[in-house]
Amino acid sequence: MILQVCTKVCLFIIILFSVHSFFAGHYEPGGGFIGGLMTSGALVLLLIAYDMKTLKNILPIDFKYLIAVGLLFAVGTAAASLFFNVPFLTHAFGDVQIPILGETALHTATLFDLGVYLVVIGVTMTIIQTIGEDE
Amino acid sequence: MSLLHVAILSPLIFTIVVPIVYKFFRNVHTGWFILPLPVLLTSYFITFVSVTKDNRSIGETLSWIPSLGINFTVRVDGLGLLFALLITGIGSLVVLYSIYYLNKKTEQLNTFYIYLLLFMGAMLGVVLSDNLVVLYMFWELTSFSSFFLIGYWYKRDKSRFGAQKSMIITVLGGLCMLGGIILLYLMTGTFSISESMEFFYPNYVKDSYFIPALIFILLGAFTKSAQFPFHIWLPDAMEAPTPVSAYLHSATMVKAGIYLVARFTPFFGEHPLWFWLVSGIGLLTLFWGSFNAVRQTDLKGILAYSTISQLGMIMSLLGVGAAALKFSDTNDNYYLVATTAAIFHLINHSTFKGSLFMVVGIVDHETGTRDIRKLGGLMTFMPITFTLSIIGAFSMAGLPPFNGFLSKEMFFTGMIRIQDLHLYHLQTWGILFPSIAWIASVFTFIYSMVLVFKTFTGKYQPEKLDKKPHEAPIGMLISPIVLASLVIIIFFFPDLLSDSIIAPAISVILPNLLTETEAFQVHISAWHGFTVELFMTIGVLLLGTFLFLTREKWKHVYTIFPDRFFSTVYDETLKIAQNGSKRLTKLYMNGSIRSYLLYIFAFFIAILAATMVVKEGFKLELDNLAEIGIWEVILSIIIVIGSITALFVKSRMTSIILLGAVGYTVSLFYVLFRAPDLALTQLVIETVSVALFLLCFYHLPKKKNEERIRFKIPNLVISIGVGVIVTLIAISAHSTKLYDSIAHYYVENTYIEAAGKNMVNVILVDFRGFDTMFEITVLAIAAIGIFTMIKLRLSGREEH
Repeated sequence: MILQVCTKVCLFIIILFSVHSFFAGHYEPGGGFIGGLMTSGALVLLLIAYDMKTLKNILPIDFKYLIAVGLLFAVGTAAASLFFNVPFLTHAFGDVQIPILGETALHTATLFDLGVYLVVIGVTMTIIQTIGEDE
Repeated sequence: MSLLHVAILSPLIFTIVVPIVYKFFRNVHTGWFILPLPVLLTSYFITFVSVTKDNRSIGETLSWIPSLGINFTVRVDGLGLLFALLITGIGSLVVLYSIYYLNKKTEQLNTFYIYLLLFMGAMLGVVLSDNLVVLYMFWELTSFSSFFLIGYWYKRDKSRFGAQKSMIITVLGGLCMLGGIILLYLMTGTFSISESMEFFYPNYVKDSYFIPALIFILLGAFTKSAQFPFHIWLPDAMEAPTPVSAYLHSATMVKAGIYLVARFTPFFGEHPLWFWLVSGIGLLTLFWGSFNAVRQTDLKGILAYSTISQLGMIMSLLGVGAAALKFSDTNDNYYLVATTAAIFHLINHSTFKGSLFMVVGIVDHETGTRDIRKLGGLMTFMPITFTLSIIGAFSMAGLPPFNGFLSKEMFFTGMIRIQDLHLYHLQTWGILFPSIAWIASVFTFIYSMVLVFKTFTGKYQPEKLDKKPHEAPIGMLISPIVLASLVIIIFFFPDLLSDSIIAPAISVILPNLLTETEAFQVHISAWHGFTVELFMTIGVLLLGTFLFLTREKWKHVYTIFPDRFFSTVYDETLKIAQNGSKRLTKLYMNGSIRSYLLYIFAFFIAILAATMVVKEGFKLELDNLAEIGIWEVILSIIIVIGSITALFVKSRMTSIILLGAVGYTVSLFYVLFRAPDLALTQLVIETVSVALFLLCFYHLPKKKNEERIRFKIPNLVISIGVGVIVTLIAISAHSTKLYDSIAHYYVENTYIEAAGKNMVNVILVDFRGFDTMFEITVLAIAAIGIFTMIKLRLSGREEH
């Protein structure tokens, strides 16, 4: 009971921290890999506090697809540079005017990192779920 | 592609037709469709006689791999033409014979004729190719097709055994020959035979490749031509159908080695080693073959050993004939007679041995056995076959009025004259040549008589025979009749062949002796007065008759030396090789991963230590070392204690936790060495992996008592070795800094080029993002792998 209550509180703090370290990756320690691991750590906490079914109800995702989507992001970002007649995996960055957020510094490396992030979550969760479900 | 190429390849091309006619004309014997081809080829090759008669040759080239100097070049000269005529001529007769010999209802005729045609084409290719690589290709094709032909009745154990034996031995020789060909190429720079013959002997005898090339080429020739001690495959090859034995193992394939020796005489012939090897091995084979033929009880066994012996005789004549090269001209050159005898006997042997095989085939076919202990008194039932066998056997024994007499006389002449040769220490050893030749001839006489008289005279034993014997159908008799009449015709008119066929062939074997306009004068006559040779023949006749009649009394001589001595050696060698390799493999491939790891680590230590020692790689430099702080010392002590205790603890759980402690300390090291990203990652990953370890060990079977790691000295030595070597390398590598680090580029450009401040992450996703891309792929594969292993395991278990 205590665990479950604690989980409810901590889950969002961990996820927020992981999202922070993902976005801060370019400037401070962090990045897709650590962010992904932390997010899945939060999900594992959920898994321990409740059970497999609860997690599936909350996040009705097949994590194997997450791996595929993540790889697609990474390779897609890398391949997109080919359309601009520059070598594979050349990143672009600059300040972009976005309606709500105003002028924002954007970097395609973040998209690549997003791919890493998704793959790491997918991999960790697939492994843990598979082993957990095994009798 | 010229007509000549088409002629050589036509048997190979014709194989495509065979299955078609076999399928659609089942009522007609397939052999009838094959027969026109060799007949046509024979008449085609006869037209070349007018060309080669003047010592000219015709060459045609078809490009194959010109950049490597490998082209399908064919050259028809005297020697090649002689063999081509033998192949196609006897080929026609054998095809005709096989039509009556093989039953069209019970035999797989299509495969038989395909193999036979393959063999014919390959043989033509061997004797007419001018390019050594092409020659080798056809050479191996003869080995293959003869392998198929020997194993034609593949449901019999003996056929398969014989086929395998002949294959192993001839391919062994073939590969040696390939080595010889390559060495020749290295010496002369060309694959063309006719071009390399232009480089005369003195230019190459000093070459260090000369002797190995000579030996390798001879090995190829000796294995193919069943010379001592490689003769063992030929008696076992007698499991083949009789037409095959008649064709391959008397007239054509076994003469491929003779062809090779004859072909290379101009190149190697003047070397003493060539003389001794060729004539010595030839004489030994001659004696051994004829000696062993006498004890055989199987008709084909007699013929097999007799073939071995006759091939040895031709070989020894070629060796002695090479001595003629020591003299500069043709006048007064006594040793020419040996080469002449070799070529002449080659022709004669094909005629009488072919007919004898066919005769034996008829006896086998009509009585159901080839065992001379069961046969006897067939003369009255099979008068024609009997006559044919008399002609063949008397010719083989060297009696007049058959062609074997002429070549045997010339053989004696060649062997006697060798004593006058003041070369190669022949003054002392020369007497051995004629004596061995004479003794071998006595044995030849005996087995020839056994062949005829044990089969056709004596007591008729009908109770031992499966069938009632009767004369063979006329179709089966045509081929041996043709060959037997040739035996007689050649005796009475030997000069028919001498100018047109024999002289051009000799001029190819001994080209250095001729000036441009000269030609060899070959004159063979049946009578040349009361010479030593004649008395030798009379001696053979008398002693041979005596020994034949008293055969039963001295038979026990053969018990001294076991019958199949060399075959047993071969069998045992194979057995030892098989068992030895099996044992060797079992010795080190024991299936234990622990031993394989030992090999890997031992090799690792050995190779690195050796390199270190040889290159004097160890280096220790203390200049650019950093200060050691108190925290580093503490953390190191923790790590060392953790790792060492992990080795000695009893419980698995404890060692997992100790490993976790080591991992967390490593992440503290990262903190200490200012690597926050690594520290974070290491922390999380260590947690995950410890959790996974715990999970795995939780599921391990409980029954095993937990105990400490068992102590083994080799493991200790190896592990200390690996540790020491890696440490030494690390120290040496650190002491040897050849170039500056490229890190300052990243320091300067991280923000300018990539708009980031976390240099590690910028390197990971931007500068070297390619690596990251595939690392996440690795992760993905690992996850999917675990998923499949666990999910599919269950269904896999159900299947079993």
